[in-house]
Amino acid sequence: MLAEYLPTLLFLIVATGIGIALILIGNFLGPKRPSPEKLSPYECGFNAFEDARMQFDVRYYLIAILFIVFDLEIAFVYPWALVFRELGVFGLIEMGVFLALLFIGFIYVWKKGALEWE
Amino acid sequence: MPLELLVEWTIKLLIGFVILMTTVAYLSLFERRMLGFMQMRQGPNRVGPFGLLQPVADGLKFIFKEDITPLAADKFLYVMAPALSLVPALMTFVLIPIGGEMKIPFIDRPIALHVTSVNVGVLAILAMTGMGVYGIVMAGYASNNKYSLMGGLRSSAQLVSYELAMSMSIVGVLLQAGSLDLVKIVANQGGWGGMQWHVFWFQPLGFIIFLISMVAETNRAPFDLPEAESELVAGFHTEYSSMKFAMFFIAEYANMVTASAMATVLFLGGWQGPGVAQLPLLGPFYFVAKMLFFLFLYIWLRASLPRLRYDQLMDFGWKFLLPLALINIVISATVAVVLL
Amino acid sequence: MNAVPLVTNETETLFDSDEMVLSMGPQHPSTHGVLRVVLKLDGERVIDLDCDIGYLHRGAEKIFENRLYPMIAPYFDRLDYIAAVSNGLLYVGTIERAMKIEIPPRAQYLRVILTELNRLASHLLWLATHALDIGGFTVFLWAFREREEILKIFECFFGARLTCHAFRIGGMSYDAYDGFEAQVRAFCDTFPARLEEYETMLNENRIWLGRTVGVGVITAADAISLGLSGAPLRGSGVDYDVRKTDPYECYADLDFDIPLGENGDTFDRYLIRMEEMRQSRRLVMQALDKLPGGPIMAKVPKVIKVPPGELYHSIEAPKGELGLYLVSDGGTKPYRLRVRPPSFINLGALRKMAVGSLVSDVVAVIGSLDIVLGEIDR
Repeated sequence: MLAEYLPTLLFLIVATGIGIALILIGNFLGPKRPSPEKLSPYECGFNAFEDARMQFDVRYYLIAILFIVFDLEIAFVYPWALVFRELGVFGLIEMGVFLALLFIGFIYVWKKGALEWE
Repeated sequence: MPLELLVEWTIKLLIGFVILMTTVAYLSLFERRMLGFMQMRQGPNRVGPFGLLQPVADGLKFIFKEDITPLAADKFLYVMAPALSLVPALMTFVLIPIGGEMKIPFIDRPIALHVTSVNVGVLAILAMTGMGVYGIVMAGYASNNKYSLMGGLRSSAQLVSYELAMSMSIVGVLLQAGSLDLVKIVANQGGWGGMQWHVFWFQPLGFIIFLISMVAETNRAPFDLPEAESELVAGFHTEYSSMKFAMFFIAEYANMVTASAMATVLFLGGWQGPGVAQLPLLGPFYFVAKMLFFLFLYIWLRASLPRLRYDQLMDFGWKFLLPLALINIVISATVAVVLL
Repeated sequence: MNAVPLVTNETETLFDSDEMVLSMGPQHPSTHGVLRVVLKLDGERVIDLDCDIGYLHRGAEKIFENRLYPMIAPYFDRLDYIAAVSNGLLYVGTIERAMKIEIPPRAQYLRVILTELNRLASHLLWLATHALDIGGFTVFLWAFREREEILKIFECFFGARLTCHAFRIGGMSYDAYDGFEAQVRAFCDTFPARLEEYETMLNENRIWLGRTVGVGVITAADAISLGLSGAPLRGSGVDYDVRKTDPYECYADLDFDIPLGENGDTFDRYLIRMEEMRQSRRLVMQALDKLPGGPIMAKVPKVIKVPPGELYHSIEAPKGELGLYLVSDGGTKPYRLRVRPPSFINLGALRKMAVGSLVSDVVAVIGSLDIVLGEIDR
């Protein structure tokens, strides 16, 4: 059972090895001629006004929060979809209620304007 | 653990890896030639016959370019990011079944044409492709460049939004197949003489949702906002050069291959097709043909469509695809109950 | 609803986010040369912006003051290098007006044909880059295919593809080459079908509509008060085209329409330029049909001296009203030459059009203004 995951682990090792190898190859074989201009951050030929690491728009964060809510919901729907045949009509109604609640929440979020970028 | 099995895996791993890397390399050439064809120009045709050695030349060029790490960058994250985006992209290929079990000369037992098959295959692939976003966000943050940062932020919000629609569009398939195992999902589509694909069997809507979100998930046109060259210069990989840039490039193309393979497995019947039951050898050819169709679609889209704006992209994902995917679940479930 | 809204539509948000100041250009793929736009951003939204120009400044107007009148002409072509023919036409036209030289009809018609072909080339380049800015990669290369046809004609006529120069004060320096007419007609025959190809790619493309409709809107009143000209002005519905209001050369004898927009958005400006290309083709065909024979050069004194005085002359260049203000003290060199560059004045509307929109819109609006930095910086 778990043995089936072994190739995945093997490939993880291989892929990581490849990743590291590629970084090292580029690092060793490429030329090294650094200059202050070359090493400065690119901002269309100008010195950056300030550090790029700053507080950024909260809407990105909202999207992330909403994602978690809906992703959790998917985590519930997947197992249901697998055993759907055994559950039959009862399972359908149960999931219908669950999805309906979620849909109401979704409409609420929408109406509240959390999905707006304006 | 039988040694025999270990050897089999190792061989499959090597073959799988070579196939993936070759596909990725030649996908870039295929894309450039197809784009050239659509845009009334030649595309690269100088290196080798028909430009067939172009990927090799590109690779060599990447290796011998200067590897720049900006002074302001967060060194550790900056170096880690390309690896973090490449490794999951390569790993997903382990789980893709490109053919059914078949007899191979000199081996007395049937060999399945996939490296491994786990009972949560779909989830595993979603998890691995979901990992890719970390590499992109890290690259955007570590570069300490505003274009990169904006690219990284755009990308995270975009991938996360379309992942929802994509995951939900798969539920319809799961209702039909009753398994997360990719091999079983394909086996479920073997009816009607190998033509009972999910796209025909009650999931056309799910297929379309999946198709759109898969393009968005791989950051390809018209959803290529994270690296929109006319706005963000190159987005999250603006500061990357040499092999590190190449790794993002390989990751993107590997993700395209994986997404095409997933679409094939979930909706177009994987290796199933007319005549496969009699001649299993046809399976891999069907699979590759279907995958090529999706890869061509990627290129075709890139040649035809302008780029969406950011708010339009989010609106489309949240206000159109997501409700549509929810509705698709309800319809699929109802239909399935009625048919039971 | 009494609950505290999470995000309101006002600028006040529950969480505060820093404003980001971003320098876009001069080394940026879609600022059309060396324009620098400093953006103040809140997330993706543009709160404020400022244009920084002058990276291509060559002091052209000062140089003009130290050159003899005929020597200025080829230099003048370098202002708007995309539409060199229009620039040449403006310069020689101004001097001819000041000196009251009547140009032979053949020269006038040849000038119109070449200028309109140049307008096509300029608009095609605009379409290509505008589409590329919005992500339409294929239209970019398709438009270059047609532009190439025009540049081939130019190469045969002028010997140059970009800095075309054949207009002399008093007419043309040489006549059309053999086969010129056939080549131009061949181009005009194939062109409408090609134009339709672009329109199939864009006109009903929902992504294209989403990116252009309602983006960078400017009202007619604002457009007039900002002094806009060309497609940005006509996009807002103001009927002003120098070719109609103050006809120069032989435009008065030719039949053409001035397309007008309604909403003053990026999409209207796009439609107008597309229609202008059709009209330009029409003008070229008409001028070819009517092309008279005869001399191509009027009688011009050996040493060109403009009588003392001041004169403003303008033409409808592809980018808008290109004007030249000439002050002469009666010598062999101009006392002062002041160019009214349409790109420069149109660029002034960028702030009005783009503030409050998203970063991607700034790129679309810059594209729809159709600026060329050689002309802005001079």
